Amino acid sequence: MHELGITENIVAIVSEKAGNTRVKRVMLEIGQLSAIMPDAIRFCFDVCAQGTVLEGAELEIAEIAGLGQCCACGAEIKLKMLAAVCSCGSLDIECLRGKELNIKEIEVID
Amino acid sequence: MCVTCGCSDDSATKMTSTAVHSHEHDHTHEHEHKHDHTHEPTSMQKGRVITLEEKILAKNDHIAEHNREWFESVNVLALNLVSSPGSGKTALLERTISDLKNKVEIAVLEGDQATSNDAERIRRAGCSVLQINTGAGCHLDASMIASALKELKPTHNSLLLIENVGNLVCPALFDLGEKHKVVVLSITEGEDKPIKYPHMFRAAEIMLLNKIDLLPHLNFDIEACKQYALSVNPKLKIIEVSATTGQGLEQWYEWLMAGIAC
Repeated sequence: MHELGITENIVAIVSEKAGNTRVKRVMLEIGQLSAIMPDAIRFCFDVCAQGTVLEGAELEIAEIAGLGQCCACGAEIKLKMLAAVCSCGSLDIECLRGKELNIKEIEVID
Repeated sequence: MCVTCGCSDDSATKMTSTAVHSHEHDHTHEHEHKHDHTHEPTSMQKGRVITLEEKILAKNDHIAEHNREWFESVNVLALNLVSSPGSGKTALLERTISDLKNKVEIAVLEGDQATSNDAERIRRAGCSVLQINTGAGCHLDASMIASALKELKPTHNSLLLIENVGNLVCPALFDLGEKHKVVVLSITEGEDKPIKYPHMFRAAEIMLLNKIDLLPHLNFDIEACKQYALSVNPKLKIIEVSATTGQGLEQWYEWLMAGIAC
């Protein structure tokens, strides 16, 4: 239960950090290669937030584009998928960015 | 609810509209005097920003790391077997247990949404097994493994085979603390599965191409399949096997035994 489980994690982490203060906004970073669909997180968020200090909070999601580095020639490559071919012909690409799944910041009302 | 794999039961029925502006007060609004204050919705109030920079899966990763440390401390080779449903994971385990049980101690954790059918099969094959039913969940997570280990208690210098829920998407995200992921792909599936589900094939150390005995009866391009797999994971080790005839299993066993000896 992937996005639902992930959203439950988000609510649990933010609730813990916020304590008794109400949360106005939650900002996430989701990499485009993370296998997580932002829309599915948005879909789950309001449901998971109900009855918690996050209820009614705004959800902002910053999507991070994929970036890889070729292990053969060192070139940096934009990644739309995990698999890519470098212009030098190598398939050995290390993913530098795009797999993020982070809670960047929260805004609370004291 | 999990839109990626469609796994869920009653989650949709929980969808109800959420009131952004809800407040409780014991007076009514029937009074006639005017007042110039407004009940500010949360969105209008100024807040204090707290930077978290926290990984959403940090808790799972933390427990997985504990599992991994424990496996290393008692020299248990823990493998996470992943595949789509019906690839033959359980048959492969049955055969592996039957062929190796006199050489190494083996224990199995069986993950399924429901039933203990697979655990029964593994028990009959002759090793200790614990069934984990995930209910609506579509993958095992590290805390399920941590709890199961307390009950299963794998012995020192043994092999722990974790059969994950049949699903090529979600299990790729959840580290269990295993040494390696073993992806099983059967040739009754499409040869392009590796590029359709790149995360899983990328995360795996080894791919077992199962049901190879059926090749004469199918239109399956083995070389294309291997190329697809290597295009998402150039380091992937690929072994063609048949859990039914035993073809290719010696190579799989050699890889397993080398992992335990390390």
